[in-house]
Amino acid sequence: MSETTISKEEVAHVAGLAKLAFNETELEQFTTQLDSILTIFDTLGEVDTEQVEPTYSVTENVNHLRQDVADNWHQKQALLENAPLEAADLIKVPAILDGEGE
Amino acid sequence: MIDLRSKIMATGNFETTIGLEVHVEMQTNSKLMSPSPVHYGDKPNENTNVIDFGYPGVLPVANKGALEYGMRAALALNATISPFIRWDRKNYFYPDNPKAYQTTQSQTPLGKNGYLDVTLADGTTKRIRIKELHVEEDAGKNTHGTDGYSYVDLNRQGTPLIEIVSEPDIASPDEAYAYLEQLRQAILFTGISEAKMQEGQMRADVNISIRPYGSSEYGTKVEMKNINSFNYVRNALIFEEKRQAEVLRSGGIIQQETRRYNEPTKSTILMRVKEGADDYRYFPEPDLAPVVIDQNWIDKVADELPKSAGDRQTSYVSTLGIERYDAEVLTQTLAMSDFYDATVAAGADAKRAANYLIGDVNAFMNKHQVELQETQLTPEHLAGMIKLIESGTISTKQAKQVFEAIMAGEEPEAFAKKNGLVQISDPEVLLTWITEVLDNNPQSIEDFKGGKDRATGYLIGQLMKMSKGQANPGVMNKLLLAELAKR
Repeated sequence: MSETTISKEEVAHVAGLAKLAFNETELEQFTTQLDSILTIFDTLGEVDTEQVEPTYSVTENVNHLRQDVADNWHQKQALLENAPLEAADLIKVPAILDGEGE
Repeated sequence: MIDLRSKIMATGNFETTIGLEVHVEMQTNSKLMSPSPVHYGDKPNENTNVIDFGYPGVLPVANKGALEYGMRAALALNATISPFIRWDRKNYFYPDNPKAYQTTQSQTPLGKNGYLDVTLADGTTKRIRIKELHVEEDAGKNTHGTDGYSYVDLNRQGTPLIEIVSEPDIASPDEAYAYLEQLRQAILFTGISEAKMQEGQMRADVNISIRPYGSSEYGTKVEMKNINSFNYVRNALIFEEKRQAEVLRSGGIIQQETRRYNEPTKSTILMRVKEGADDYRYFPEPDLAPVVIDQNWIDKVADELPKSAGDRQTSYVSTLGIERYDAEVLTQTLAMSDFYDATVAAGADAKRAANYLIGDVNAFMNKHQVELQETQLTPEHLAGMIKLIESGTISTKQAKQVFEAIMAGEEPEAFAKKNGLVQISDPEVLLTWITEVLDNNPQSIEDFKGGKDRATGYLIGQLMKMSKGQANPGVMNKLLLAELAKR
Protein backbone atom coordinates (compact mmCIF):
# COMPACT_ATOMS: atom_id res chain seq x y z
CA MET A 1 0.00 0.00 0.00
CA SER A 2 1.28 3.41 -0.98
CA GLU A 3 1.98 5.96 1.68
CA THR A 4 -0.82 8.43 2.35
CA THR A 5 0.06 12.06 2.17
CA ILE A 6 -2.02 15.17 2.30
CA SER A 7 -1.14 18.40 0.54
CA LYS A 8 -1.54 21.93 1.82
CA GLU A 9 -4.06 22.54 -0.96
CA GLU A 10 -6.20 19.60 0.23
CA VAL A 11 -6.16 20.87 3.79
CA ALA A 12 -7.17 24.33 2.62
CA HIS A 13 -9.96 22.78 0.53
CA VAL A 14 -11.34 20.69 3.41
CA ALA A 15 -11.08 23.70 5.73
CA GLY A 16 -13.11 25.67 3.19
CA LEU A 17 -15.83 23.01 3.19
CA ALA A 18 -15.98 23.29 6.97
CA LYS A 19 -16.16 27.09 6.66
CA LEU A 20 -12.78 27.50 8.39
CA ALA A 21 -10.07 29.94 7.34
CA PHE A 22 -6.43 29.29 8.25
CA ASN A 23 -3.42 31.55 7.88
CA GLU A 24 -0.19 30.24 6.33
CA THR A 25 1.32 29.18 9.69
CA GLU A 26 -1.83 27.29 10.71
CA LEU A 27 -2.05 25.67 7.33
CA GLU A 28 1.54 24.34 7.64
CA GLN A 29 0.83 23.14 11.16
CA PHE A 30 -2.43 21.31 10.31
CA THR A 31 -0.97 19.78 7.18
CA THR A 32 1.89 18.25 9.20
CA GLN A 33 -0.51 17.06 11.92
CA LEU A 34 -3.07 15.60 9.49
CA ASP A 35 -0.29 13.93 7.58
CA SER A 36 0.89 12.06 10.66
CA ILE A 37 -2.70 11.13 11.52
CA LEU A 38 -3.12 9.68 8.06
CA THR A 39 -0.02 7.51 8.44
CA ILE A 40 -1.98 5.61 11.11
CA PHE A 41 -4.33 4.54 8.33
CA ASP A 42 -1.34 3.20 6.44
CA THR A 43 -0.60 1.03 9.45
CA LEU A 44 -4.25 -0.13 9.54
CA GLY A 45 -4.05 -0.71 5.81
CA GLU A 46 -1.44 -3.43 6.36
CA VAL A 47 -4.18 -5.73 7.70
CA ASP A 48 -5.77 -7.86 4.97
CA THR A 49 -9.50 -7.04 5.08
CA GLU A 50 -10.34 -8.47 1.65
CA GLN A 51 -12.88 -10.95 3.09
CA VAL A 52 -14.28 -8.65 5.80
CA GLU A 53 -17.65 -6.96 5.36
CA PRO A 54 -17.45 -3.22 6.04
CA THR A 55 -19.13 -2.12 9.26
CA TYR A 56 -21.71 0.50 8.44
CA SER A 57 -23.73 0.33 11.60
CA VAL A 58 -23.15 -1.05 15.07
CA THR A 59 -26.82 -1.30 15.91
CA GLU A 60 -28.41 -4.73 15.71
CA ASN A 61 -31.77 -3.07 15.25
CA VAL A 62 -33.48 -3.05 11.90
CA ASN A 63 -36.82 -1.48 10.95
CA HIS A 64 -36.99 0.74 13.99
CA LEU A 65 -39.61 2.96 12.37
CA ARG A 66 -42.34 5.36 13.41
CA GLN A 67 -45.96 5.39 12.19
CA ASP A 68 -46.78 8.41 10.03
CA VAL A 69 -48.70 10.36 12.66
CA ALA A 70 -48.22 14.12 13.01
CA ASP A 71 -47.51 15.46 16.48
CA ASN A 72 -46.67 19.13 16.94
CA TRP A 73 -44.56 19.51 20.08
CA HIS A 74 -45.17 23.29 20.07
CA GLN A 75 -41.52 24.12 20.67
CA LYS A 76 -41.43 27.08 18.29
CA GLN A 77 -41.22 29.83 20.92
CA ALA A 78 -38.49 28.14 22.94
CA LEU A 79 -36.50 27.34 19.79
CA LEU A 80 -36.74 30.89 18.48
CA GLU A 81 -35.66 32.25 21.88
CA ASN A 82 -32.55 30.11 21.53
CA ALA A 83 -31.84 31.38 18.02
CA PRO A 84 -29.09 34.05 17.85
CA LEU A 85 -31.53 36.49 16.25
CA GLU A 86 -35.15 36.28 15.23
CA ALA A 87 -37.67 38.52 13.53
CA ALA A 88 -41.35 37.89 12.80
CA ASP A 89 -41.07 34.20 13.77
CA LEU A 90 -38.12 33.76 11.38
CA ILE A 91 -34.54 32.92 12.25
CA LYS A 92 -32.35 35.86 11.29
CA VAL A 93 -28.90 35.00 9.96
CA PRO A 94 -26.16 36.97 8.22
CA ALA A 95 -26.96 37.26 4.51
CA ILE A 96 -26.08 34.18 2.51
CA LEU A 97 -25.29 34.14 -1.15
CA ASP A 98 -27.92 32.49 -3.25
CA GLY A 99 -27.34 28.91 -4.22
CA GLU A 100 -24.68 27.87 -1.76
CA GLY A 101 -27.04 25.33 -0.26
CA GLU A 102 -28.42 22.12 -1.62
CA MET B 1 -35.82 14.85 -40.90
CA ILE B 2 -37.07 18.34 -40.17
CA ASP B 3 -36.41 17.71 -36.51
CA LEU B 4 -32.82 16.73 -37.15
CA ARG B 5 -32.18 19.74 -39.36
CA SER B 6 -33.52 22.25 -36.85
CA LYS B 7 -31.46 20.53 -34.20
CA ILE B 8 -28.25 20.86 -36.18
CA MET B 9 -29.04 24.50 -36.83
CA ALA B 10 -29.44 25.12 -33.13
CA THR B 11 -26.42 23.22 -31.89
CA GLY B 12 -24.20 22.84 -34.95
CA ASN B 13 -23.34 19.15 -35.34
CA PHE B 14 -23.45 18.47 -31.63
CA GLU B 15 -25.74 16.02 -29.91
CA THR B 16 -27.24 16.78 -26.55
CA THR B 17 -27.29 14.56 -23.48
CA ILE B 18 -29.60 15.45 -20.62
CA GLY B 19 -30.17 13.81 -17.26
CA LEU B 20 -32.72 15.00 -14.71
CA GLU B 21 -32.89 14.69 -10.94
CA VAL B 22 -36.41 15.40 -9.88
CA HIS B 23 -37.41 16.04 -6.28
CA VAL B 24 -41.03 15.61 -5.28
CA GLU B 25 -42.32 16.48 -1.82
CA MET B 26 -44.35 13.61 -0.44
CA GLN B 27 -47.54 14.57 1.38
CA THR B 28 -47.17 12.48 4.46
CA ASN B 29 -48.72 13.56 7.75
CA SER B 30 -45.37 14.00 9.49
CA LYS B 31 -41.77 14.70 8.53
CA LEU B 32 -39.19 12.09 7.55
CA MET B 33 -37.26 12.12 10.83
CA SER B 34 -39.55 14.00 13.21
CA PRO B 35 -43.28 13.90 14.00
CA SER B 36 -43.74 17.61 13.15
CA PRO B 37 -46.67 18.11 10.77
CA VAL B 38 -46.03 18.41 7.04
CA HIS B 39 -48.26 21.29 6.05
CA TYR B 40 -47.83 24.07 3.52
CA GLY B 41 -48.75 27.67 4.26
CA ASP B 42 -48.59 27.74 8.08
CA LYS B 43 -46.93 30.56 10.04
CA PRO B 44 -43.11 30.47 9.95
CA ASN B 45 -41.47 27.80 12.09
CA GLU B 46 -44.88 26.66 13.43
CA ASN B 47 -44.20 23.03 12.45
CA THR B 48 -40.76 22.59 13.99
CA ASN B 49 -39.24 20.88 16.98
CA VAL B 50 -35.78 20.15 18.38
CA ILE B 51 -35.16 17.49 15.74
CA ASP B 52 -35.92 19.86 12.84
CA PHE B 53 -33.68 22.48 14.45
CA GLY B 54 -30.84 19.94 14.57
CA TYR B 55 -30.32 20.08 18.32
CA PRO B 56 -27.59 17.89 19.70
CA GLY B 57 -28.67 14.69 21.41
CA VAL B 58 -31.94 14.13 19.58
CA LEU B 59 -32.51 10.61 18.36
CA PRO B 60 -34.66 10.77 15.25
CA VAL B 61 -36.78 7.81 14.13
CA ALA B 62 -37.60 7.37 10.44
CA ASN B 63 -41.18 7.63 9.21
CA LYS B 64 -42.55 4.32 7.92
CA GLY B 65 -45.23 6.08 5.89
CA ALA B 66 -42.61 8.12 4.03
CA LEU B 67 -40.73 4.94 3.11
CA GLU B 68 -43.95 3.39 1.86
CA TYR B 69 -44.73 6.47 -0.24
CA GLY B 70 -41.22 6.20 -1.66
CA MET B 71 -41.89 2.55 -2.45
CA ARG B 72 -45.08 3.56 -4.29
CA ALA B 73 -43.05 5.91 -6.50
CA ALA B 74 -40.48 3.17 -7.14
CA LEU B 75 -43.21 0.69 -8.09
CA ALA B 76 -44.98 3.18 -10.37
CA LEU B 77 -41.66 3.79 -12.15
CA ASN B 78 -40.98 0.07 -12.61
CA ALA B 79 -37.96 0.17 -10.31
CA THR B 80 -36.56 -2.64 -8.18
CA ILE B 81 -36.94 -1.94 -4.48
CA SER B 82 -33.77 -2.57 -2.50
CA PRO B 83 -34.16 -5.35 0.05
CA PHE B 84 -31.91 -3.45 2.46
CA ILE B 85 -31.32 0.25 2.90
CA ARG B 86 -29.01 2.25 5.08
CA TRP B 87 -29.24 5.98 5.70
CA ASP B 88 -26.33 8.27 4.90
CA ARG B 89 -25.41 11.81 5.82
CA LYS B 90 -24.67 14.26 3.04
CA ASN B 91 -22.81 17.12 4.66
CA TYR B 92 -23.06 20.79 3.73
CA PHE B 93 -23.41 24.07 5.57
CA TYR B 94 -26.39 26.23 4.83
CA PRO B 95 -28.85 27.92 7.21
CA ASP B 96 -31.89 26.25 5.61
CA ASN B 97 -30.69 23.02 7.24
CA PRO B 98 -29.34 23.55 10.76
CA LYS B 99 -28.26 19.89 11.04
CA ALA B 100 -25.56 20.68 8.45
CA TYR B 101 -26.32 17.40 6.73
CA GLN B 102 -29.15 15.90 4.75
CA THR B 103 -30.31 12.40 5.62
CA THR B 104 -30.47 10.42 2.38
CA GLN B 105 -29.35 7.13 0.86
CA SER B 106 -26.08 7.09 -0.98
CA GLN B 107 -24.95 3.47 -1.34
CA THR B 108 -28.33 1.79 -1.00
CA PRO B 109 -31.02 3.76 -2.87
CA LEU B 110 -34.61 2.76 -2.06
CA GLY B 111 -35.22 1.88 -5.72
CA LYS B 112 -33.14 1.35 -8.82
CA ASN B 113 -33.27 0.35 -12.50
CA GLY B 114 -36.69 1.77 -13.27
CA TYR B 115 -38.03 3.42 -16.37
CA LEU B 116 -40.76 5.68 -17.69
CA ASP B 117 -42.15 5.27 -21.21
CA VAL B 118 -42.59 8.81 -22.47
CA THR B 119 -44.84 9.74 -25.38
CA LEU B 120 -43.08 12.35 -27.51
CA ALA B 121 -44.60 15.11 -29.63
CA ASP B 122 -44.38 12.99 -32.81
CA GLY B 123 -46.43 10.25 -31.15
CA THR B 124 -43.53 7.83 -30.68
CA THR B 125 -42.68 6.39 -27.30
CA LYS B 126 -39.23 6.63 -25.76
CA ARG B 127 -38.12 4.72 -22.71
CA ILE B 128 -36.23 6.95 -20.27
CA ARG B 129 -34.37 4.78 -17.78
CA ILE B 130 -34.43 5.72 -14.13
CA LYS B 131 -31.16 5.05 -12.40
CA GLU B 132 -32.32 5.30 -8.81
CA LEU B 133 -34.77 6.74 -6.32
CA HIS B 134 -33.93 8.03 -2.84
CA VAL B 135 -36.08 9.04 0.07
CA GLU B 136 -34.49 12.07 1.69
CA GLU B 137 -35.17 15.30 3.54
CA ASP B 138 -36.16 18.64 2.11
CA ALA B 139 -34.52 21.79 3.50
CA GLY B 140 -36.15 24.89 4.99
CA LYS B 141 -36.82 28.11 3.15
CA ASN B 142 -34.58 31.19 3.08
CA THR B 143 -35.76 34.66 2.28
CA HIS B 144 -32.99 37.10 1.47
CA GLY B 145 -33.55 40.56 2.92
CA THR B 146 -32.05 43.79 1.62
CA ASP B 147 -30.79 44.58 5.12
CA GLY B 148 -27.77 42.28 5.11
CA TYR B 149 -29.72 39.42 6.68
CA SER B 150 -31.43 36.28 5.48
CA TYR B 151 -34.56 34.94 7.14
CA VAL B 152 -35.11 31.24 7.71
CA ASP B 153 -38.36 29.30 8.03
CA LEU B 154 -37.82 25.65 8.94
CA ASN B 155 -41.41 24.45 8.39
CA ARG B 156 -40.32 22.63 5.26
CA GLN B 157 -37.11 21.30 6.83
CA GLY B 158 -37.38 17.50 7.02
CA THR B 159 -40.36 17.12 4.69
CA PRO B 160 -39.87 13.78 2.95
CA LEU B 161 -38.77 13.98 -0.67
CA ILE B 162 -38.53 11.33 -3.29
CA GLU B 163 -35.57 12.03 -5.56
CA ILE B 164 -35.87 10.45 -8.99
CA VAL B 165 -32.60 10.27 -10.92
CA SER B 166 -32.87 9.56 -14.63
CA GLU B 167 -30.15 8.06 -16.78
CA PRO B 168 -28.78 10.52 -19.38
CA ASP B 169 -31.31 9.21 -21.92
CA ILE B 170 -32.90 12.55 -22.75
CA ALA B 171 -31.77 14.01 -26.07
CA SER B 172 -33.45 17.42 -26.30
CA PRO B 173 -35.13 20.16 -24.26
CA ASP B 174 -38.51 19.04 -25.63
CA GLU B 175 -37.91 15.47 -24.51
CA ALA B 176 -37.01 16.79 -21.07
CA TYR B 177 -40.30 18.67 -20.99
CA ALA B 178 -42.31 15.61 -22.04
CA TYR B 179 -40.51 13.46 -19.48
CA LEU B 180 -41.24 15.93 -16.66
CA GLU B 181 -44.92 16.21 -17.58
CA GLN B 182 -45.41 12.48 -17.75
CA LEU B 183 -43.33 11.85 -14.65
CA ARG B 184 -45.54 14.31 -12.81
CA GLN B 185 -48.65 12.42 -13.94
CA ALA B 186 -47.16 9.08 -12.90
CA ILE B 187 -46.38 10.51 -9.46
CA LEU B 188 -49.82 12.12 -9.15
CA PHE B 189 -51.44 8.73 -9.69
CA THR B 190 -49.46 7.13 -6.87
CA GLY B 191 -51.35 9.43 -4.50
CA ILE B 192 -48.14 10.49 -2.71
CA SER B 193 -48.12 14.12 -3.83
CA GLU B 194 -50.17 16.67 -5.70
CA ALA B 195 -46.83 17.80 -7.16
CA LYS B 196 -47.93 21.44 -7.30
CA MET B 197 -45.25 23.35 -9.14
CA GLN B 198 -46.29 26.74 -7.77
CA GLU B 199 -45.81 25.48 -4.20
CA GLY B 200 -42.42 24.04 -5.02
CA GLN B 201 -43.61 20.47 -4.50
CA MET B 202 -41.78 19.34 -7.62
CA ARG B 203 -38.35 20.69 -8.63
CA ALA B 204 -35.76 19.56 -11.11
CA ASP B 205 -31.98 19.57 -11.12
CA VAL B 206 -30.79 19.43 -14.69
CA ASN B 207 -27.55 18.06 -16.15
CA ILE B 208 -26.67 18.82 -19.75
CA SER B 209 -23.67 18.16 -21.93
CA ILE B 210 -23.10 18.18 -25.66
CA ARG B 211 -20.67 16.23 -27.84
CA PRO B 212 -19.93 16.02 -31.56
CA TYR B 213 -22.18 13.49 -33.31
CA GLY B 214 -20.50 10.10 -33.33
CA SER B 215 -18.26 10.82 -30.34
CA SER B 216 -18.20 7.93 -27.88
CA GLU B 217 -17.50 10.04 -24.81
CA TYR B 218 -19.91 12.42 -23.14
CA GLY B 219 -19.02 16.08 -22.99
CA THR B 220 -18.45 17.86 -19.68
CA LYS B 221 -21.76 18.38 -17.96
CA VAL B 222 -23.18 21.54 -16.53
CA GLU B 223 -25.72 21.44 -13.72
CA MET B 224 -28.66 23.71 -12.96
CA LYS B 225 -30.43 23.22 -9.66
CA ASN B 226 -33.91 23.61 -8.26
CA ILE B 227 -35.89 24.73 -11.29
CA ASN B 228 -39.57 24.64 -10.39
CA SER B 229 -41.24 25.11 -13.77
CA PHE B 230 -41.19 22.76 -16.75
CA ASN B 231 -41.03 25.75 -19.10
CA TYR B 232 -38.01 27.13 -17.26
CA VAL B 233 -36.33 23.73 -17.56
CA ARG B 234 -36.92 23.72 -21.30
CA ASN B 235 -35.75 27.34 -21.73
CA ALA B 236 -32.64 26.77 -19.61
CA LEU B 237 -31.74 23.70 -21.69
CA ILE B 238 -32.30 25.51 -25.00
CA PHE B 239 -29.99 28.30 -23.83
CA GLU B 240 -27.33 25.87 -22.52
CA GLU B 241 -27.32 23.81 -25.74
CA LYS B 242 -26.51 26.94 -27.70
CA ARG B 243 -24.05 28.38 -25.21
CA GLN B 244 -22.04 25.15 -24.98
CA ALA B 245 -22.00 24.76 -28.77
CA GLU B 246 -20.69 28.29 -29.15
CA VAL B 247 -17.96 27.69 -26.55
CA LEU B 248 -16.85 24.49 -28.30
CA ARG B 249 -17.02 25.99 -31.80
CA SER B 250 -14.80 28.87 -30.75
CA GLY B 251 -12.24 26.37 -29.45
CA GLY B 252 -13.07 26.76 -25.75
CA ILE B 253 -13.70 24.06 -23.19
CA ILE B 254 -16.77 23.49 -21.03
CA GLN B 255 -16.12 23.68 -17.31
CA GLN B 256 -17.94 21.40 -14.90
CA GLU B 257 -19.98 24.01 -13.12
CA THR B 258 -23.30 24.89 -11.58
CA ARG B 259 -25.34 27.55 -13.33
CA ARG B 260 -28.57 29.28 -12.47
CA TYR B 261 -31.48 29.88 -14.83
CA ASN B 262 -32.59 33.49 -15.05
CA GLU B 263 -36.14 33.75 -16.42
CA PRO B 264 -36.22 37.46 -17.38
CA THR B 265 -33.32 36.99 -19.82
CA LYS B 266 -34.08 33.30 -20.50
CA SER B 267 -30.39 32.63 -19.98
CA THR B 268 -28.17 30.81 -17.50
CA ILE B 269 -25.61 32.42 -15.18
CA LEU B 270 -22.52 30.86 -13.61
CA MET B 271 -22.96 30.20 -9.89
CA ARG B 272 -19.97 28.15 -8.91
CA VAL B 273 -17.54 25.60 -10.20
CA LYS B 274 -18.98 22.26 -9.18
CA GLU B 275 -18.11 20.52 -5.96
CA GLY B 276 -17.29 16.86 -6.35
CA ALA B 277 -19.25 14.14 -4.55
CA ASP B 278 -16.28 13.83 -2.14
CA ASP B 279 -16.97 17.34 -0.98
CA TYR B 280 -20.25 16.21 0.56
CA ARG B 281 -18.27 13.80 2.76
CA TYR B 282 -21.03 11.17 2.75
CA PHE B 283 -20.89 8.79 5.67
CA PRO B 284 -23.23 6.21 7.19
CA GLU B 285 -25.80 7.71 9.56
CA PRO B 286 -24.96 6.30 13.00
CA ASP B 287 -28.25 7.29 14.66
CA LEU B 288 -30.69 5.45 12.42
CA ALA B 289 -31.33 1.74 12.13
CA PRO B 290 -31.12 0.16 8.66
CA VAL B 291 -34.31 -0.99 6.99
CA VAL B 292 -35.02 -4.45 5.63
CA ILE B 293 -37.74 -4.55 2.99
CA ASP B 294 -39.18 -8.00 2.28
CA GLN B 295 -41.51 -9.10 -0.50
CA ASN B 296 -44.56 -9.13 1.82
CA TRP B 297 -44.06 -5.48 2.58
CA ILE B 298 -43.61 -4.63 -1.10
CA ASP B 299 -46.79 -6.59 -1.97
CA LYS B 300 -48.74 -4.72 0.69
CA VAL B 301 -47.63 -1.36 -0.71
CA ALA B 302 -48.35 -2.54 -4.26
CA ASP B 303 -51.93 -3.40 -3.19
CA GLU B 304 -52.43 0.15 -1.93
CA LEU B 305 -51.02 1.72 -5.10
CA PRO B 306 -53.80 3.41 -7.12
CA LYS B 307 -54.15 2.35 -10.78
CA SER B 308 -52.00 4.37 -13.18
CA ALA B 309 -53.40 6.99 -15.54
CA GLY B 310 -52.61 4.76 -18.53
CA ASP B 311 -54.51 1.79 -17.10
CA ARG B 312 -57.46 4.01 -16.29
CA GLN B 313 -57.54 5.48 -19.81
CA THR B 314 -57.54 2.01 -21.31
CA SER B 315 -60.42 0.85 -19.15
CA TYR B 316 -62.43 4.03 -19.79
CA VAL B 317 -62.11 3.53 -23.53
CA SER B 318 -62.62 -0.22 -23.68
CA THR B 319 -65.07 -0.82 -20.83
CA LEU B 320 -67.01 2.43 -20.58
CA GLY B 321 -66.92 3.43 -24.26
CA ILE B 322 -65.41 6.88 -23.61
CA GLU B 323 -63.49 8.69 -26.34
CA ARG B 324 -59.70 8.46 -26.01
CA TYR B 325 -59.35 12.26 -25.76
CA ASP B 326 -61.98 12.45 -23.00
CA ALA B 327 -60.27 9.62 -21.14
CA GLU B 328 -57.04 11.64 -21.24
CA VAL B 329 -58.74 14.74 -19.87
CA LEU B 330 -60.37 12.72 -17.07
CA THR B 331 -56.98 11.33 -16.04
CA GLN B 332 -55.11 14.62 -15.83
CA THR B 333 -55.41 14.45 -12.07
CA LEU B 334 -55.94 11.59 -9.66
CA ALA B 335 -58.72 13.56 -7.94
CA MET B 336 -60.68 13.94 -11.20
CA SER B 337 -60.20 10.32 -12.18
CA ASP B 338 -61.22 9.03 -8.74
CA PHE B 339 -64.25 11.33 -8.82
CA TYR B 340 -65.26 10.01 -12.20
CA ASP B 341 -64.93 6.40 -11.06
CA ALA B 342 -67.08 7.13 -8.00
CA THR B 343 -69.72 8.91 -10.13
CA VAL B 344 -69.99 5.94 -12.48
CA ALA B 345 -70.04 3.57 -9.52
CA ALA B 346 -72.98 5.57 -8.10
CA GLY B 347 -75.00 4.65 -11.18
CA ALA B 348 -74.38 7.56 -13.58
CA ASP B 349 -74.28 7.04 -17.32
CA ALA B 350 -70.55 6.92 -18.13
CA LYS B 351 -70.64 9.25 -21.14
CA ARG B 352 -72.87 11.83 -19.54
CA ALA B 353 -70.73 11.79 -16.39
CA ALA B 354 -67.59 12.32 -18.50
CA ASN B 355 -69.24 15.20 -20.38
CA TYR B 356 -70.30 16.94 -17.19
CA LEU B 357 -66.88 16.62 -15.54
CA ILE B 358 -64.94 17.72 -18.62
CA GLY B 359 -67.42 20.51 -19.45
CA ASP B 360 -69.48 22.15 -16.73
CA VAL B 361 -67.47 21.00 -13.70
CA ASN B 362 -64.12 22.00 -15.23
CA ALA B 363 -65.61 25.36 -16.26
CA PHE B 364 -66.82 25.87 -12.69
CA MET B 365 -63.36 25.04 -11.30
CA ASN B 366 -61.68 27.46 -13.72
CA LYS B 367 -64.17 30.23 -13.05
CA HIS B 368 -63.82 29.98 -9.28
CA GLN B 369 -60.13 28.97 -9.31
CA VAL B 370 -60.74 25.94 -7.11
CA GLU B 371 -59.67 22.32 -7.12
CA LEU B 372 -62.31 19.63 -7.50
CA GLN B 373 -61.93 18.55 -3.89
CA GLU B 374 -62.52 22.13 -2.76
CA THR B 375 -65.98 22.24 -4.34
CA GLN B 376 -69.17 21.04 -2.63
CA LEU B 377 -69.85 18.57 -5.41
CA THR B 378 -70.00 14.88 -4.51
CA PRO B 379 -69.99 11.93 -6.94
CA GLU B 380 -73.38 10.85 -5.51
CA HIS B 381 -74.98 14.22 -6.27
CA LEU B 382 -73.57 14.33 -9.80
CA ALA B 383 -74.76 10.78 -10.39
CA GLY B 384 -78.15 11.68 -8.89
CA MET B 385 -78.60 14.57 -11.33
CA ILE B 386 -77.52 12.45 -14.28
CA LYS B 387 -80.04 9.76 -13.31
CA LEU B 388 -82.81 12.40 -13.22
CA ILE B 389 -81.86 13.40 -16.76
CA GLU B 390 -81.58 9.82 -18.00
CA SER B 391 -85.01 8.91 -16.65
CA GLY B 392 -86.57 11.98 -18.27
CA THR B 393 -87.57 13.38 -14.88
CA ILE B 394 -85.83 16.66 -15.67
CA SER B 395 -84.88 18.19 -19.00
CA THR B 396 -81.28 19.05 -19.83
CA LYS B 397 -82.40 22.67 -19.65
CA GLN B 398 -83.74 22.21 -16.12
CA ALA B 399 -80.52 20.37 -15.32
CA LYS B 400 -78.68 23.67 -15.58
CA GLN B 401 -80.43 24.87 -12.41
CA VAL B 402 -79.92 21.54 -10.70
CA PHE B 403 -76.23 21.70 -11.63
CA GLU B 404 -75.85 25.08 -9.91
CA ALA B 405 -77.54 23.59 -6.86
CA ILE B 406 -75.36 20.48 -6.62
CA MET B 407 -72.26 22.67 -6.99
CA ALA B 408 -73.54 24.41 -3.85
CA GLY B 409 -73.88 21.08 -2.06
CA GLU B 410 -77.61 20.43 -2.51
CA GLU B 411 -79.14 17.01 -3.06
CA PRO B 412 -80.38 16.97 -6.69
CA GLU B 413 -83.70 15.13 -6.35
CA ALA B 414 -84.82 17.13 -3.33
CA PHE B 415 -83.80 20.36 -5.06
CA ALA B 416 -85.72 19.47 -8.25
CA LYS B 417 -88.85 18.63 -6.27
CA LYS B 418 -88.66 21.71 -4.09
CA ASN B 419 -88.36 23.97 -7.12
CA GLY B 420 -90.91 22.22 -9.26
CA LEU B 421 -88.24 21.17 -11.71
CA VAL B 422 -90.09 18.18 -12.94
CA GLN B 423 -90.44 17.33 -16.55
CA ILE B 424 -93.90 16.21 -17.59
CA SER B 425 -93.81 13.36 -20.07
CA ASP B 426 -97.25 11.89 -19.36
CA PRO B 427 -99.07 11.89 -22.77
CA GLU B 428 -102.48 12.34 -21.13
CA VAL B 429 -101.48 15.58 -19.44
CA LEU B 430 -99.65 16.80 -22.53
CA LEU B 431 -102.63 15.99 -24.78
CA THR B 432 -104.99 18.06 -22.63
CA TRP B 433 -102.70 21.06 -23.13
CA ILE B 434 -102.23 20.40 -26.81
CA THR B 435 -105.99 20.19 -27.39
CA GLU B 436 -106.54 23.46 -25.54
CA VAL B 437 -103.78 25.30 -27.42
CA LEU B 438 -104.91 24.00 -30.81
CA ASP B 439 -108.55 24.95 -30.08
CA ASN B 440 -107.45 28.47 -29.24
CA ASN B 441 -105.21 28.91 -32.30
CA PRO B 442 -107.05 27.87 -35.46
CA GLN B 443 -104.93 30.31 -37.50
CA SER B 444 -101.76 28.42 -36.59
CA ILE B 445 -103.31 25.17 -37.75
CA GLU B 446 -104.09 26.80 -41.11
CA ASP B 447 -100.53 28.16 -41.31
CA PHE B 448 -99.13 24.70 -40.58
CA LYS B 449 -101.24 23.13 -43.28
CA GLY B 450 -100.12 25.90 -45.62
CA GLY B 451 -96.56 24.72 -45.08
CA LYS B 452 -95.34 27.31 -42.57
CA ASP B 453 -92.95 25.47 -40.26
CA ARG B 454 -92.82 28.47 -37.98
CA ALA B 455 -96.33 27.71 -36.90
CA THR B 456 -95.26 24.72 -34.80
CA GLY B 457 -92.63 26.88 -33.11
CA TYR B 458 -95.33 29.29 -32.02
CA LEU B 459 -97.53 26.45 -30.74
CA ILE B 460 -94.69 24.89 -28.77
CA GLY B 461 -93.96 28.27 -27.24
CA GLN B 462 -97.58 28.44 -26.09
CA LEU B 463 -97.42 24.92 -24.70
CA MET B 464 -94.20 25.59 -22.80
CA LYS B 465 -95.78 28.66 -21.28
CA MET B 466 -98.82 26.67 -20.27
CA SER B 467 -96.67 23.91 -18.72
CA LYS B 468 -94.39 26.44 -17.00
CA GLY B 469 -91.48 24.93 -18.93
CA GLN B 470 -92.08 21.48 -17.50
CA ALA B 471 -93.27 19.69 -20.61
CA ASN B 472 -90.86 17.13 -22.02
CA PRO B 473 -90.06 18.80 -25.36
CA GLY B 474 -89.32 15.57 -27.21
CA VAL B 475 -92.54 13.85 -26.25
CA MET B 476 -94.61 16.98 -26.70
CA ASN B 477 -93.26 17.68 -30.18
CA LYS B 478 -94.17 14.19 -31.32
CA LEU B 479 -97.67 14.40 -29.86
CA LEU B 480 -98.25 17.87 -31.33
CA LEU B 481 -97.32 16.75 -34.84
CA ALA B 482 -99.62 13.74 -34.51
CA GLU B 483 -102.52 15.96 -33.35
CA LEU B 484 -101.90 18.49 -36.11
CA ALA B 485 -102.09 15.71 -38.68
CA LYS B 486 -105.50 14.74 -37.32
CA ARG B 487 -107.00 18.21 -37.71
